[in-house]
Amino acid sequence: MPEYSDKVMEHFTKPRNIGELDNPDGTGEVGNPVCGDMMKFTIKVKDDRIEDIKYLTFGCGAAIAVSSMVSEMAKGKTLDEAMKITNKQVAEELEGLPGNKMHCSNLGADALHKAIEDYRAKVKAEN
Amino acid sequence: MKKINLDYTAAAPVEKAIIEKMLPLLTEHYGNPSSGHSLGEMPRKALQEARENVGRLIGADAGNIIFTASASEANNLAVKGFAKANMKKGKHIITSPVEHFSILNQLKTLKKEGFSITELPVDEYGLVHPRDLADAITGETILVTIQAANQEIGTIQPLAELVAVAKESNVVFHTDAAAAVGWIPVDVQKLGIDMLSLAGDQFYGPKGTGALFVKRGVRLTPLVEGGTQEKGLRAGTENVALIAGLGEAARIAAVQLEERAKEAAFFRDKLKESLFSAIPYLHLNGHPEKRVPRNLNISVSFVEGEALLMRLDMAGISVSSGSSCTSQALKSSHVLSAIGVPPELAQGSLQLTAGPGSSVEDIPYITEQLAEVTNILRSMSPLYHQFMKEAKQNA
Repeated sequence: MPEYSDKVMEHFTKPRNIGELDNPDGTGEVGNPVCGDMMKFTIKVKDDRIEDIKYLTFGCGAAIAVSSMVSEMAKGKTLDEAMKITNKQVAEELEGLPGNKMHCSNLGADALHKAIEDYRAKVKAEN
Repeated sequence: MKKINLDYTAAAPVEKAIIEKMLPLLTEHYGNPSSGHSLGEMPRKALQEARENVGRLIGADAGNIIFTASASEANNLAVKGFAKANMKKGKHIITSPVEHFSILNQLKTLKKEGFSITELPVDEYGLVHPRDLADAITGETILVTIQAANQEIGTIQPLAELVAVAKESNVVFHTDAAAAVGWIPVDVQKLGIDMLSLAGDQFYGPKGTGALFVKRGVRLTPLVEGGTQEKGLRAGTENVALIAGLGEAARIAAVQLEERAKEAAFFRDKLKESLFSAIPYLHLNGHPEKRVPRNLNISVSFVEGEALLMRLDMAGISVSSGSSCTSQALKSSHVLSAIGVPPELAQGSLQLTAGPGSSVEDIPYITEQLAEVTNILRSMSPLYHQFMKEAKQNA
């Protein structure tokens, strides 16, 4: 087992915002079982802000902690702000990740950004 | 919190009787076995006694046992040492895809050096079929190296049949028996095996101990050159105390083999029964019967192994997993992949190994904990949600 920070362990043991939103405004999925990690983020958007966010994650301790942290960081932020969340920030908020687990933080930010892009594409299609 | 070890392949405690054999060889009998004077006498005797005990465990003459520091080293001496010494006879080596990395990785190196390597197919249980071996042998084949039992899924190979096929073509047969010795009867003479590797820590000896049985007449090139220790096949002053520990572990293992195997299998089977009846969507990896008595390997569908391992660890239960995330190389188990286990199931694999501390009284707790951890992780798994949605639609 890798050496995880206390923050990672806290989010791994008590992950926040688990689940899948009904009729989400945006959905972002990344990863596959071959690489070992999968994340699916769903968001509700109101007045250009992320009003609600939930995720499902198949993956290791780091992947679960990253999903949880990303959901907390994104909640309440404007879409532009949320698009600026980087994997580096996620890793920092988690007080660091072991070197070979850094790719998990990439997945978390990517899945969030995909959900926002999905929402924006839908809005564009409607207009 | 009570600690329950289900990862005895990784490590097991060394019992007092073994340590008591080792200690005097570091203190009052600290001498060098190569010395001509009397200080060398006790260490020399200790080495001989250990050689006899290890030989007896596998049906070999003491004189044909070479001590090493691990089964990995024994595997390297056997394969690389044999390839180098016999390359004039041919450069083809046959193996299986489920071997330990200490076999597979050196064969990659030998391939770069001009050897050709054939990996025989294995079936869904990890078994190599003797007919495939017969088909693969050519005039260039010098060595077959196939394990006695698998280190992860416990599957026991049909060694006698495989050796018989190799003998028909006069090809030398090496087996990595690290997962088998001490747990199932292995007799090199009865089986006709030319070389066999074993690891002391796999039958409760100290870590850092191993041995290679080399039949008389099989020529090897040493990996470590220097003095004449270990028949010139492994130079360097012998680690007398550890070797004595290995010897004592081998002596005890030979006496207790049947009893240990029976107890481990009893616990393993009860555990399997309990887990499979309490938790839906589990899969057994490896052969249902032809497996090492202490080994259970299962896949928990829809969840990932490291997350399982961490949560079980918090409940005091130690297990290992073949998931990518638990390996430093971030690759899931090559064994599970070779036997055709789909990636998502390989990620959720757990290896549970019985040992001296295993008690059936702990099985309800283990079951309850694995069930709970599985529920938590499935509740957040996109694969599980997808599966349940589809099940609902089909209903």
